[in-house]
Amino acid sequence: MNRDERTLRGAAAIVGVADDVSPTGELDRTGRALEVAMVLDALEDAGLSLADVDGVCHPESAVAFAEYLGIHPVFTESTMTGGSSYEVHVEHAAAAIAAGVCDVVVSVYAATPHSDRTHDRPRGRRGFSGPNPLAEWDMPYGLRTPMGPYALAAARHMHEFGTTSEQLAQIAVSTRQWASLNPRARYRDPLTIDDVLASRLEVSPLHLLDCCLVTDGAGAFVMTSAARARTLRKPPVYVLGAATCTDHMGISQMPDLTTTPGAVSGARAFAMAGMKPDDVDVLMGYDSFTITALLHLEDLGFCKKGEGGPFVADGHLGPGGTLAMNTNGGGLSFTHPGMYGMFLLTEATRQLRGECGGRQVPGAAVAVAHGSGMFLSVMSTAVLATEAAL
Amino acid sequence: MSAPGTSAARPARFEPPVGAESGPFWEATREGRLLVQWCTACDRGIFYPRALCPGCGAPHSSLEWRTASGRGTVYAAVVEHRPLAAGATFSGGEPYCIALVDLDEGVRMLSNVVGCPPEDVHSGMAVSVTWEPLSDGRQLALFEPAVAVDRGPGG
Repeated sequence: MNRDERTLRGAAAIVGVADDVSPTGELDRTGRALEVAMVLDALEDAGLSLADVDGVCHPESAVAFAEYLGIHPVFTESTMTGGSSYEVHVEHAAAAIAAGVCDVVVSVYAATPHSDRTHDRPRGRRGFSGPNPLAEWDMPYGLRTPMGPYALAAARHMHEFGTTSEQLAQIAVSTRQWASLNPRARYRDPLTIDDVLASRLEVSPLHLLDCCLVTDGAGAFVMTSAARARTLRKPPVYVLGAATCTDHMGISQMPDLTTTPGAVSGARAFAMAGMKPDDVDVLMGYDSFTITALLHLEDLGFCKKGEGGPFVADGHLGPGGTLAMNTNGGGLSFTHPGMYGMFLLTEATRQLRGECGGRQVPGAAVAVAHGSGMFLSVMSTAVLATEAAL
Repeated sequence: MSAPGTSAARPARFEPPVGAESGPFWEATREGRLLVQWCTACDRGIFYPRALCPGCGAPHSSLEWRTASGRGTVYAAVVEHRPLAAGATFSGGEPYCIALVDLDEGVRMLSNVVGCPPEDVHSGMAVSVTWEPLSDGRQLALFEPAVAVDRGPGG
């Protein structure tokens, strides 16, 4: 695309700024306190408040900073390019605002190398924001990650809605049925609910077979403009909708353990796409654990909140069922190297191209790739489609 | 099961660092007092301690410390069945309960519920704070099933 055809020009503006420096070369505040002061001052300069902010930029972790601020942004940006990071944030924030992804974005910087030396504090960025809150408030209690936080979500879901271990196990069983059709899957042998329930308890209520694999794995994707995509080798897979929401970083900061930020990202992505769950032919929903997939089904609107257990219990997520979910065999049976979201996209793309052989969903035209980050912390939804569904 | 803090041979915990805003919290644990940071602007508790109110954005100058009752309700509870896989030696290899506890003051914290079989802990259960010493004199807030007689802070 010609640069003149881009839409960023004049689409976004800087409306508030703040900075803090001293002729002594030292400030009396440091760390998060200094970052917070800058954000509040810049918002005051703009005549806005934290409640207006729906985008956060921070070159280390915008998620951790958003949790600290107590906000739930739909745009986070943690690009770190050294000294130019903040200009990159301007570019990316402008793009996000121009596209309607978010409305008010803050970016913040604070560093105190001079007073760190004076007071013999740890040098450099390391430790600047203070200890990780997880180390101070969670790790002493021996909550094993990643499964511990997910087990807590499962326990709460069971308490509120009567969801059972058998219902969770059915997700692993249906996913294994898909894996049996994928020659590259790690595990392809038939699996039963009893097998899942008989596997050892890890962090109850989760059994070993409620948990994803640990495998090697790698992937990549390439994107370009729709116009150029039509000139290339393979049929384009169009992005019709995409949205993200950040809820928290640590599980103890999650307001409601039975509702993930996918309820926001999913609704926004479907609205952007002009579609609804009924339109989806293939759902690639990040299955780090069986409970993760169940929460996706509810939060994306494939069933009502609390009805995920009965929804999955009839096994209709498997081959030949009414909702094709995780057709590659998922993180539960195909592969899971740690950040599995890449494989949601490779499988969704191949399904929409009709390249999936024995596990191909006939006529698949719309697929959703729904990624889950950290501890149900950040959900990101992409609605993908073929030319026919445009 | 022995009461927390009474066993001289208790294996070590992962010892929490002290965050920039949480010094008063940890100092109070030495006396068996559970503090909660409080926002005077929106009249709500804050946990974990911060340099602003995450509920309303009020600045640090609006925040103060209050002594919590030590009473709470289990929001969600799980049992670690493989303590060594979790890197946790404090239970002596026995399964232990990890729970999210909603304090009566309206904040939620992660903890362990002790003093009963771990699988008996459930959402909605009433609990009260108990303390386990750390190596530097600070204490870690744990919870146990609430008893009819209030034994007071640190009891």
